Amino acid sequence: MDGDGEGQSRWCLSQVKGAIDDDVAEADIISAVEFSHSGELLATGDRGGRIVIFQQEQENKNLPQGRAEYNVYSTFQSHEPEFDYLKSLEIEEKINKIRWLPQKNAAHFLLSTNDKTVKLWKISERDKRPEGYNLKEEDGRYRHPSSLTTLRVPVFQPMDLMVEASPRRVYANAHTYHINSISVNSDNETYLSADDLRINLWHLDFTDRSFNIVDIKPANMEELTEVITASEFHPLQCNTFVYGSSKGSVRLCDMRASALCDQHSKLFEEPEDPSTRSFFSEIISSISDVKFSHSGRYMMTRDYLTLKIWDLHMESRPVETYQVHGYLRSKLCSLYENDCIFDKFECCWGGDDSEVMTGSYNNFFRMFDRDAQRDVTLEASWENGSPGCPLKSWRVSAGSRRKRSEIGVDCLDFSRKILYTSWHPQDSIVALATVNNLYIFQEKPN
Amino acid sequence: MAGAEGDDSLYPIAVLIDELRNEDVQLRLNSIKKLSTIALALGVERTRTELLPFLTDTIYDEDEVLLALAEQLGSFTVLVGGPEFVHNLLPPLESLATVEETVVRDKAVESLRKISQEHSPVDLEVHFVPLVKRLASGDWFTSRTSACGLFSVCYPRVSSSVKADIRQHFRTLCSDDTPMVRRAAASKLGEFAKVLELDYVKSDIIPLFTALASDEQDSVRLLAVEAGVSIATLLPQEDLEALVMATLRQAAEDKSWRVRYMVADKFSELQKAVGPEITKTDLVPAFQNLLKDCEAEVRAAAANKVKVFCENLPEDSRETIIMTHILPCVKELVSDTNQHVKSALASVIMSLSTILGKDNTVEHLLPLFLVQLKDECPEVRLNIISNLDCVNEVIGIRQLSQSLLPAIVELAEDAKWRVRLAIIEYMPLLAGQLGVEFFDEKLNSLCMAWLIDHVFAIREAATCNLMKLVEKFGAVWAQNTIVPKVLGMANDSNYLHRMTTLFCINALSEVCGQEITTKHMLPVVLKMSTDQVANVRFNVARSLQKIGPVLDSSALQAEVKPVLEKLATDQDMDVKYFALEAISVLALA
Repeated sequence: MDGDGEGQSRWCLSQVKGAIDDDVAEADIISAVEFSHSGELLATGDRGGRIVIFQQEQENKNLPQGRAEYNVYSTFQSHEPEFDYLKSLEIEEKINKIRWLPQKNAAHFLLSTNDKTVKLWKISERDKRPEGYNLKEEDGRYRHPSSLTTLRVPVFQPMDLMVEASPRRVYANAHTYHINSISVNSDNETYLSADDLRINLWHLDFTDRSFNIVDIKPANMEELTEVITASEFHPLQCNTFVYGSSKGSVRLCDMRASALCDQHSKLFEEPEDPSTRSFFSEIISSISDVKFSHSGRYMMTRDYLTLKIWDLHMESRPVETYQVHGYLRSKLCSLYENDCIFDKFECCWGGDDSEVMTGSYNNFFRMFDRDAQRDVTLEASWENGSPGCPLKSWRVSAGSRRKRSEIGVDCLDFSRKILYTSWHPQDSIVALATVNNLYIFQEKPN
Repeated sequence: MAGAEGDDSLYPIAVLIDELRNEDVQLRLNSIKKLSTIALALGVERTRTELLPFLTDTIYDEDEVLLALAEQLGSFTVLVGGPEFVHNLLPPLESLATVEETVVRDKAVESLRKISQEHSPVDLEVHFVPLVKRLASGDWFTSRTSACGLFSVCYPRVSSSVKADIRQHFRTLCSDDTPMVRRAAASKLGEFAKVLELDYVKSDIIPLFTALASDEQDSVRLLAVEAGVSIATLLPQEDLEALVMATLRQAAEDKSWRVRYMVADKFSELQKAVGPEITKTDLVPAFQNLLKDCEAEVRAAAANKVKVFCENLPEDSRETIIMTHILPCVKELVSDTNQHVKSALASVIMSLSTILGKDNTVEHLLPLFLVQLKDECPEVRLNIISNLDCVNEVIGIRQLSQSLLPAIVELAEDAKWRVRLAIIEYMPLLAGQLGVEFFDEKLNSLCMAWLIDHVFAIREAATCNLMKLVEKFGAVWAQNTIVPKVLGMANDSNYLHRMTTLFCINALSEVCGQEITTKHMLPVVLKMSTDQVANVRFNVARSLQKIGPVLDSSALQAEVKPVLEKLATDQDMDVKYFALEAISVLALA
């Protein structure tokens, strides 16, 4: 399996958001990217606790070759830094995850979470405002009560469109450890939140109670060998969810079986190859993301070096395994020293489940075409090519001699990484975050 | 009068109207709550043409404002001009029925249901039914869920062609794409079935029920259980087996514990709905299975129903069924691994004795009670103790006391003070059930021992307990049994125990009456005014204040007053304070 080879891909840069500047404030670093269910909205969260929502321009959508421009729709502060006085711990405002709710009325809703607290936000439009007071003018000047001869009822008048983000619910105080995942159930009324050792089930309408459905905390913390790293609900079956662990296994639980899902019903785990066993084996097998396909038939897991696709009916081994950056296997020692080995890369499915994408270093991201068994390495960069131009595909070579489209392993920049990615639910549009920039790419129709 | 052209009476209303759009939510809420005042001032015409259109658009507001608005509009008919104009209220309620907040939508639906009764049959078809259809075919599931609750209120009062249309819309909602709508439809299915003609129940409702009860989402299936119960009550006995039983049996064995839980939770309703024969053939085995379910939540829900289920069994075979089918399961539950299950069982198991009679109780139930009384979980033990009265009636106090007393004594000395506390709270009840003679013999010493417990909450509860016992057994009993012991503690070397004497006197003086208080208690209190511990002294002052009203005025003047005056010059600030307070309250100054 060896990519498009040299030349151009069908993907082209559509937009870059965020300041293009080497001097990046910590708060501006993006930490979550997520398309809404229709793809009309795209949300990003950052380490400063802010959420920026982009909206796809409607008019361009139908133009031939039209580039679907996303423009800022709403910006708001989702989380603030806090201090836990009981434990003397700072709670960062960094947004760990954003999840959209299925649309229930004209407004949009999303869940956002930092390490401890999940919040439900409503993003709504307002295009009318009431006018007409009895006791004052519209500009605020008071009218003398004696001039009152008849009562006025205010009337709604059209006004410029205003987008409001309002906090609707705050689901706090249920997590002792750091929340790594949130996932909305297909029943549209519950969601789960997972931290290192526990998974809780919430009803969206109730903030004062949640049910603990998984607890892997050992009675004695010294016996702790495994933590939960990611969790997600099945897209169609409301009773099924999975969670991945730091040991590289994924457990599938059935909430129908019992109230507390300590017993998994399936365990997806690939036997370790003894020949490649090393000090780093366990670290690099840790699951950094788990995602069900849209069909609900497959599940994708990302570990440090690979992307695996599992058939839910086969627990013993993945049906497909893709090397994301296998050339790093020889560099694990230095990646351990600079902590890169603990980076948690996300992964995502294309709208029709036939392609998958995940990020890498040097602002590279990888796309795998499952049917054609082709893969491509693309670079998120505003310098190489203007919007609309096809991206060139890269190869990373281990040797010293290289061609024009090749780059040596030693030349990779490990500080530029693409951890957060999202794929438009229907169209060939992807969004991904480099440090503080949001890149949107679009596939050229053939 | 200044501003002759102005109208002063309009001013308060003008303020209310302006505050409908004030920035402060509380003010907006106040205004909305006085909406009827505004409407009254505007008159019916302007309410219809100006106020209601404004309210229809005001759905951007906070939930609490919208909730209040939805509620107000339910009783607004008179203010828009009576039933003839009631349909003017539909637009604002329609927009409220689509907001995302469930409580607001539910309230809007409630108000819509209310005002539907005020529509004439013609208006219902011209205005109300179209609104229901609009909601039912809305783009968003919020409006479709709201529609589900409106079918049953308009169905009985419309023509048969419209009825057919309404049935069709309801059918569509039952197979909606989103689980939210299917859930709403499932929860209203029973209610809708009630207003349908029996033939349509059979031809329309049964297939919908069957479909919802086998929905892919268990959150839908579990709601179908309740609908099944309502439908079963509507059907003639001979049709039950063919139309609903298969589905209900399937629900009782559903793969999802939440559905089985629901069956267990609705079991007594189900039992009533299907009648004695099906109960015998189907529900008994189903109930056995629920009692043995692998999920503790289900077992607990079923355990809660043991009493009602057994009570409602047909009389001719009740005892046999309980003895051969239910009791063996109950026996297993007594030693269940889950404490919620055991405690649910403990709260109902005692009442089986009334059904089974003396011999069975002694032979079969008593051993179970004893096991539960010794359960490691205090809640289980308490549930047993709090229901002792039902057994008392059946087997008599002697037998009961012999077997149960050791367990009670054990609880009374439990290492956990909360357990002791709970037992104390049951003491008056137990005393009432067991009688004074038995109490003196076995429990009195326990009650006195609590007075010197090392936890204050226990001592306090014990004091209160004494008062309740005296209320039950009378002042003479008090004078003979407890007063001497209480007063004896006044000489204890521990000042905390000396204070307990005072607290007891505070509690007992009123129920014991003037004679005992003056003759026996007062001297002790007065004597303690020279205690070396200041805390005791100021509690003497407080006690005197407390028992003062029980004493006659000569005792107050001759005995209490000098002591309080002396305490009022005490070197301790608190003693002084309480002495002065007592003097002023008792008007001895």
